[in-house]
Amino acid sequence: MARSFLQVAAAEEVAPPLRVVQIEGLVMLKIIKHCKEFSPALVTGQLLGLDVGSVLEVTNCFPFPIQEEDEEIEADGANYQLEMMRCLREVNVDNNTVGWYQSTMLGCFQTAELIETFLNYQENIRRCVCIIYDPSRSNQGALAFKALKLSDSFMDLYRSNNFTGEKLREKNLSWVDIFEEIPVKVSNSALISAFMTELEPDTPVTQRDYDRLQLSSSPFLERNMEFLIECMDDLSVEQQKVRASFSSIFYIHDPFCKLGFVVIFRDENKARKAAGEEPLPEEDPSNPIFKPIPEPPRLESFLIANRIANYCNQINGYVANLRSHIECIWPCV
Amino acid sequence: MAASDRTVLQFGPSSAVTSNITAKVHPLVIFNISDCYVRRPDQAERVIGTLLGSVLPDGTVDIRNSYVVPHNEFSDQVALDIEYHHTMLKSHLKVNPQEVIVGWFSTGLGVTGGSALIHEFYCREVPNPVHLTVDTGFRNGEGTVKAYVSVNLSLGDRQLAAQFQEIPLDLRMIEAERVGFDILKSTSVDKLPSDLEGMEVLMERLLTLINDIYKYVDDTVEGHAVPDNSVGRILSETVASLPKLSPPAFDKLVNDSLQDQLLLLYLSSITRTQLSLAEKLNTAAQMP
Repeated sequence: MARSFLQVAAAEEVAPPLRVVQIEGLVMLKIIKHCKEFSPALVTGQLLGLDVGSVLEVTNCFPFPIQEEDEEIEADGANYQLEMMRCLREVNVDNNTVGWYQSTMLGCFQTAELIETFLNYQENIRRCVCIIYDPSRSNQGALAFKALKLSDSFMDLYRSNNFTGEKLREKNLSWVDIFEEIPVKVSNSALISAFMTELEPDTPVTQRDYDRLQLSSSPFLERNMEFLIECMDDLSVEQQKVRASFSSIFYIHDPFCKLGFVVIFRDENKARKAAGEEPLPEEDPSNPIFKPIPEPPRLESFLIANRIANYCNQINGYVANLRSHIECIWPCV
Repeated sequence: MAASDRTVLQFGPSSAVTSNITAKVHPLVIFNISDCYVRRPDQAERVIGTLLGSVLPDGTVDIRNSYVVPHNEFSDQVALDIEYHHTMLKSHLKVNPQEVIVGWFSTGLGVTGGSALIHEFYCREVPNPVHLTVDTGFRNGEGTVKAYVSVNLSLGDRQLAAQFQEIPLDLRMIEAERVGFDILKSTSVDKLPSDLEGMEVLMERLLTLINDIYKYVDDTVEGHAVPDNSVGRILSETVASLPKLSPPAFDKLVNDSLQDQLLLLYLSSITRTQLSLAEKLNTAAQMP
C-alpha cells in the first residue's frame, strides 16, 4: 500500500537493532596506549563516531584526565571535554559522542556505577556503547576488547526501580540478560593499511607470540581465584539477605507460628493481669516481631553473578591455553 | 690570502649532541597522521602538527603521540593556528603530564621552504625539535618516514643557515605487533580473533620455524648448505638454554602443573553450578 509523503514523514523512525560495532584501528591503538600507560589504575575516555543503521562506527576517541573526587574539578572535567570536542571539530573529526571506554582489572567491571553511567548517557544519545579493555589479559597475548550495552528489558526494569522476584519472573529476566555483548569489527582506511603493510617487519615471530608463549601462569590465575573467592563471599551475603526476608515473611503468615505467638501473648497477658497492668493487644501489627523484612532488590546479586561467570570463563580459557602448551612440551621429554 | 685566514664551511655534525640523536616512533603517531591527512580540508596539500613524547635517558627521542594543527600555506608564507596548538597541548598535558612537545610533523616527501619557518617556530618551544616527514603520497613507491633535526651551518663565527639533517629513525612497531598486524593491515576485519584461534596460528608458525631449522641443520650436516658459524652458535646457545632437568623431575613438574589446572577447572565448574542454584533462589522462589 503506497504511503503518502506526509505519512512517511510523520511515521516515527524505528531504529534498527545494533548489530555490530565498527572500530577503527586508530581508536584501538589509542585505547590500548592510554590504558597501558596508567595501569593498574583504571581510566576512562570518550568515544566519538557515527551511528549508521545497525552499525555503530567509532572513528576517534580521547582520554579523560584522572580526576579526584572534588566539586571544583568536576567543572574542569566538563570544560576539558568541551574544549577537546571543539578542537577536534576544527580538524574535521566526527564530533558525536557514541559512548565511552574504560579499562578494567581482570574483568571486574560489572558494577552499579557502570549501569548508572549507561543510563546517564542514554538520556542524551539514542545509542551508546561501552568498550571495555583489559590490559592484564592482553599481556597474555589475547586482545581483550569487548563492546557492551544494557539490554532494553533491563533498562525498563531499572527505571521502574523494582527488582523483586515477582517482577523478574514476569519479565523472564535473569542475570545473563543485563549486559548485551555486541560483536566488534575493525576497519582501517586504505592509506593506513598501505603504511602498515609496508612497515610490517619480516620476522616470522612477533611480540604477541612471545607474550602468548609465556609459561608462568600463577600470578594471573592466583589473582583470578582471589577475585572469584571474594565474589563468592559477596554472593553468599546477598543470598543471606534474601533468605532472611523470606523467613521473616514466612513466620508472619504461617498459621502454626501465629498460634505460637498468640499463646505467648496470652500467657504474658495473664501475668500482667495478675500484676494489675493493662493487657497487651494480642495481634498488634505495630509490634516489630510481626513486621516482615521487605524483599531486598536483586540487582547486586545479578551483578555479582555476572562477575563470577566472567572469572570462571577467564579461568577456563586460560587453563585451556596452558594445557595446549603442555601437550606440546610433553612429547619432547 | 694566507692559509691561516681561511675559513671553512662546516657541514655535518659539529656538536656531539646532533650526532647522537635517534628517534623512535610509535605506530599510533603514524595512524594519527594518516587519519588527519585523510580528513584534511580540500584546499590543503599537506597537514602539519605537533609531536608529543619524551626524551629517554640515552638521548633517544621517543615520539608517542601527535595532534594536527590547522595551518594555511601561501606562496612563501605560512600561518599556523598557535592558539589551537596551545589549547590542545594543555588538554593533552592534563591527561599525561609526561608527554611534552618533542617536535613537529608534516606530510609529503622532502622538506620545503615553508618548513624552515615552521621549524623556527617550534625551535622557540623546544630546544631541539625533531621534524618528521611522512610521505602519504607514496611518491617513491613506498611510504617513506624520515626524521630530521636542524643543524646550524656556520662559516667561522657567522651563522649562515640551518640545514635539515636526517637522523636515524627506529620504526619498530611493538604495540602494533601486540595488536596484530593482520588486524591493522586489512581494511576491514569481521571479528576479533579469539584466544584459541590465536593459539592455533601461533602453534603452526612455531612448527614451521622448527621444521625450517631442522632442514637447515640436516642440510649443513650432509654438506648441501654452506655452514654459517654464527647461526650454529645461536642454535647451540638456544638448545643449551633449556633447563637441565632429569626426566623424573620434569615429569613431576609437568604433572603438578597439570593437576593444579585440572583442579581450577573443576572449581570453576562447581562455581557455575552454584550460580545456577543461586539464580533459582533469586527468581523461582515464591512467596506464600
